Amino acid sequence: MEDDAPVIYGLEFQARALTPQTAETDAIRFLVGTQSLKYDNQIHIIDFDDENNIINKNVLLHQAGEIWHISASPADRGVLATCYNRTSDSKVLTCAAVWRMPKELESGSHESPDDSSSTAQTLELLCHLDNTAHSNMACVVWEPMGDGKKIISLADNHILLWDLQESSSQAVLASSASLGGKGQLKFTSGRWSPHHNCTQVATANDTTLRGWDTRSMSQIYCIENAHGQLVRDLDFNPNKQYYLASCGDDCKVKFWDTRNVTEPVKTLEEHSHWVWNVRYNHSHDQLVLTGSSDSRVILSNMVSISSEPFGHLVDDDDISDQEDHRSEEKSKEPLQDNVIATYEEHEDSVYAVDWSSADPWLFASLSYDGRLVINRVPRALKYHILL
Amino acid sequence: MAPGSASSPSPSFPASRPWAAVGAMAAAAAAGPSPGSRPGDSPEGPEGEAPERRRKAHGMLKLYYGLSEGEAAGRPAGPDPLDPTDLNGAHFDPEVYLDKLRRECPLAQLMDSETDMVRQIRALDSDMQTLVYENYNKFISATDTIRKMKNDFRKMEDEMDRLATNMAVITDFSARISATLQDRHERITKLAGVHALLRKLQFLFELPSRLTKCVELGAYGQAVRYQGRAQAVLQQYQHLPSFRAIQDDCQVITARLAQQLRQRFREGGSGAPEQAECVELLLALGEPAEELCEEFLAHARGRLEEELRSLEAELGPSPPAPDVLEFTDHGGSGFVGGLCQVAAAYQELFAAQGPAGAERLAAFARELGSRYFALVERRLAQEQGGGDNSLLVRALDRFHRRLRAPGALLAAAGLAEAATEIVERVARERLGHHLQGLRAAFLGCLTDVRQALAAPRVAGKEGPGLAELLANVASSILSHIKASLAAVHLFTAKEVSFSNKPYFRGEFCSQGVREGLIVGFIRSMCQTAQSFCDSPGEKGGATPPALLLLLSRLCLDYETATISYILTLTDEQFLVQDQFPVTPVSTLCAEARETARRLLTHYVKVQGLVISQMLRKSVETRDWLSTLEPRNVRAVMKRVVEDTTAIDVQVGLLYEEGVRKAQSSDSSKRTFSVYSSSRQQGRYAPSYTPSAPMDTNLLSNIQKLFSERIDVFSPVEFNKVSVLTGIIKISLKTLLECVRLRTFGRFGLQQVQVDCHFLQLYLWRFVADEELVHLLLDEVVASAALRCPDPVPMEPSVVEVICERG
Repeated sequence: MEDDAPVIYGLEFQARALTPQTAETDAIRFLVGTQSLKYDNQIHIIDFDDENNIINKNVLLHQAGEIWHISASPADRGVLATCYNRTSDSKVLTCAAVWRMPKELESGSHESPDDSSSTAQTLELLCHLDNTAHSNMACVVWEPMGDGKKIISLADNHILLWDLQESSSQAVLASSASLGGKGQLKFTSGRWSPHHNCTQVATANDTTLRGWDTRSMSQIYCIENAHGQLVRDLDFNPNKQYYLASCGDDCKVKFWDTRNVTEPVKTLEEHSHWVWNVRYNHSHDQLVLTGSSDSRVILSNMVSISSEPFGHLVDDDDISDQEDHRSEEKSKEPLQDNVIATYEEHEDSVYAVDWSSADPWLFASLSYDGRLVINRVPRALKYHILL
Repeated sequence: MAPGSASSPSPSFPASRPWAAVGAMAAAAAAGPSPGSRPGDSPEGPEGEAPERRRKAHGMLKLYYGLSEGEAAGRPAGPDPLDPTDLNGAHFDPEVYLDKLRRECPLAQLMDSETDMVRQIRALDSDMQTLVYENYNKFISATDTIRKMKNDFRKMEDEMDRLATNMAVITDFSARISATLQDRHERITKLAGVHALLRKLQFLFELPSRLTKCVELGAYGQAVRYQGRAQAVLQQYQHLPSFRAIQDDCQVITARLAQQLRQRFREGGSGAPEQAECVELLLALGEPAEELCEEFLAHARGRLEEELRSLEAELGPSPPAPDVLEFTDHGGSGFVGGLCQVAAAYQELFAAQGPAGAERLAAFARELGSRYFALVERRLAQEQGGGDNSLLVRALDRFHRRLRAPGALLAAAGLAEAATEIVERVARERLGHHLQGLRAAFLGCLTDVRQALAAPRVAGKEGPGLAELLANVASSILSHIKASLAAVHLFTAKEVSFSNKPYFRGEFCSQGVREGLIVGFIRSMCQTAQSFCDSPGEKGGATPPALLLLLSRLCLDYETATISYILTLTDEQFLVQDQFPVTPVSTLCAEARETARRLLTHYVKVQGLVISQMLRKSVETRDWLSTLEPRNVRAVMKRVVEDTTAIDVQVGLLYEEGVRKAQSSDSSKRTFSVYSSSRQQGRYAPSYTPSAPMDTNLLSNIQKLFSERIDVFSPVEFNKVSVLTGIIKISLKTLLECVRLRTFGRFGLQQVQVDCHFLQLYLWRFVADEELVHLLLDEVVASAALRCPDPVPMEPSVVEVICERG
């Protein structure tokens, strides 16, 4: 089977929102939210059959509005949160809500795609994450290791920590903080650190990165002018607790050590337009995925600042002498950061990329024209990392 | 004839031999009575054969005197002297001759021989007679003389006898006188000896007082000579008490003398030559040489240290210090001259000390020399700040030249090497200083440019044009470089004493000047220029974009011409020898070009960002849902076009036009509305069939399939069109992305349509490929349409009217 060939799936609408089904660790499943002003928006549940290289989809109607951001609960496969636009009169409001998908869709595709179009199922609303004071939700992030009870949403210049109670049917604002300062400050993106017992959140507003302690809701660190222009996204290294990647409109991807915020540890400048998304691989943090509005997805190998700078040590007894020898040679080679691959399957700006939560060698990217592309890490590299 | 010539050597004693020959011949003739044989006797004719006969006569003479016949007569067929038939031969045998004649000659010849012989005999007879007459008188006078002599001798004999007796008497008398005087003579001799001894003794006895007097008078040399003379005697007779006393006295005085000499030596006010004299005298007094060496050097050290101190005082903490030339002059004449004197005197005085003494002197010179060098270096360090190289070089020259003399004198101390080292170090520091100077000049130029660029904005009037600024900067840098080169060139001038050192011939030229100064400066210039790309751009563009543009052009100019010009100039001025690898021109050019490219790319980014920000703000801050029907092009779009035009003018000042893609015939006339209206039916017509969105996607995808991917932040070429294309690409892409983030009402969409058409109208002329502008603007409008819940596009004609009005 041609493993490395990309699998392409087309949506009918424009789309920006993509997330893996975080709680699912067996099946490769992504959720895509569409953006359409004229039609009912949908959430596509994309199942990828790794064996047969086949995509199965299920469509859920999301009638509340066009979806700008989507995130899945890390604890419950059926629960997800969206940020969506609601147009009323001559106003656009961005709201956020927690939803539950129908039980039968939670764990994969038992229905054929044809059926789904006839009976598009609807999401069950669990709760709204907004109140009158805070509108314009930029994004919603779940506590990564928790039980799916804590959620943070970013609204304008506020950072809001919610407690979901009564099986997520009620959201209580636990605490909040807001950015003070001149001008119209607006969060663009945020991530919840998996380290430090999940007490840290990092946010981006304009060109600045900030770290927050969720217990006190106070700022821990602040990287002013992290990028020359707007910071679009950021991600935590899942294996190194102080490492953080960010990307922005200056076409750069920067890697930071939050203990020393004056200088980035490393800067990549591979894209030729704004970088919208950056994602660490969940297991092998040297693999960094970026998506950009130059319609490219770039997979980089940041060995020098990864948690495994010298690759895995070889178990001698498992491998024959020859292989042993070869891999020893490999590990002796000075490892260099490089671009592994540039994926050019997209023809419009790529606004979202993410790794699968089930298969660490697989990732999806979504461009504005509704094209979802599923790619794999090149096999040679995979073996190089594994062996 | 022959006898006459033969007799000429000794006229008084005629040779008997020729006569004998003649006699023999006559006898032979007499013996051989045969008349027939006579005429054949002489084969040679008497007249024609005269030289022959003469030679014969010579031959006989020679025979007589024992000379060999052959060597006189060159003739190969000389007559055999043993030939018995030879008339003149010694072994002439008449019988054989006659026999031969008779046997061999015909009668006529015999007759001839006979007559000839008779004639010869007659001639000989007459000759003989003449001779006899001639010599007769001589015989007679000789006989008289002999007789007279006999009488005289008899008289003389008597007188001789008398003389003999007289002499005997005299001898007798003399002997008697000698005997009587003998006694007295001995006594006189003895007395003379005693006298001499007494004089010596007197000298000895007077010695102490004389010495004292000498010492008192300060005639130390005299005293030392006296002492030297008396020393041995006194030593010899020291067992005698009286001499002993004298010796003791002398020793005391000598000790005093030595002390005084030392005193004088120590006081040392009297200068090096007199000191040398003191030392000489002390040495003659047998003072230990080593100790004197030490003292001499110690004393010299004192004086030289004083020189050093005065030099140090000149260094002073408060500088009205004399200029460096004066300083080195002073040091050269004072310290180095003193050191020379000391060294010369030392070598003269203590030559006997051998290598140990030389070593001591070398150590002495080394130590003081190093202190002197330290002072000189301190002084030179003060000079580092100044810009005047000629004075410094002259000072160094003097310094170096001055040290060559002691260098020759004290090769072991290595002063000359140390001096050369200092000169080299100073030269290196100068190079560094000049490099700093060039850098500072470059930065100064940049500051000037910044000010010039900032000024017009404040004053609101036209400042100097960019091209003019560029020319100013370029010429100012070039003149600085030339000035530095000229200044540094002084180090290698022929008349400077150190210019022929290997360092200045090789390394200084190639590594120091070419690599360190020129290449170093060009590199640092590139780096400085590049640093404008890196840091400040991110912090909000602290660098004015015009400066970026100007630097970029400057670097490009350097790449095309200036670098090679400067390097050629350097290579010519400093005949760089190829023993060190030097940076080739091409590498530098490549660096400069890379810098120029980065600067220009950065310029594009910065300017693109400025326009992008304008567009972004205009899209983000407007409420597109509740906007009114468009009446005008928005002001920001006009601003964008204005700014782009301004940039176009700015870039046009420095960069060439560049190549454009061939324009389609309707390029100026082609309106955006035509394009959008053609699309309008397929794309934006309200259609509620479920397949409609798929269609739009399909359409846009197909369209994209056939258009090339647009690299937004792509590297730019060195021309105006490429720069402008880059800026416009960045701006329009930003507009597109911003539009996609908003939701538009119907009029919002129409406003976007109007704006895009306006941009279309004005921006195409700036770019290399106008299709690019169309594509991007199409996409903006298409995206706006997608982001509009109620997309009703405006009539193209209305759009045109609005745009033309605006």
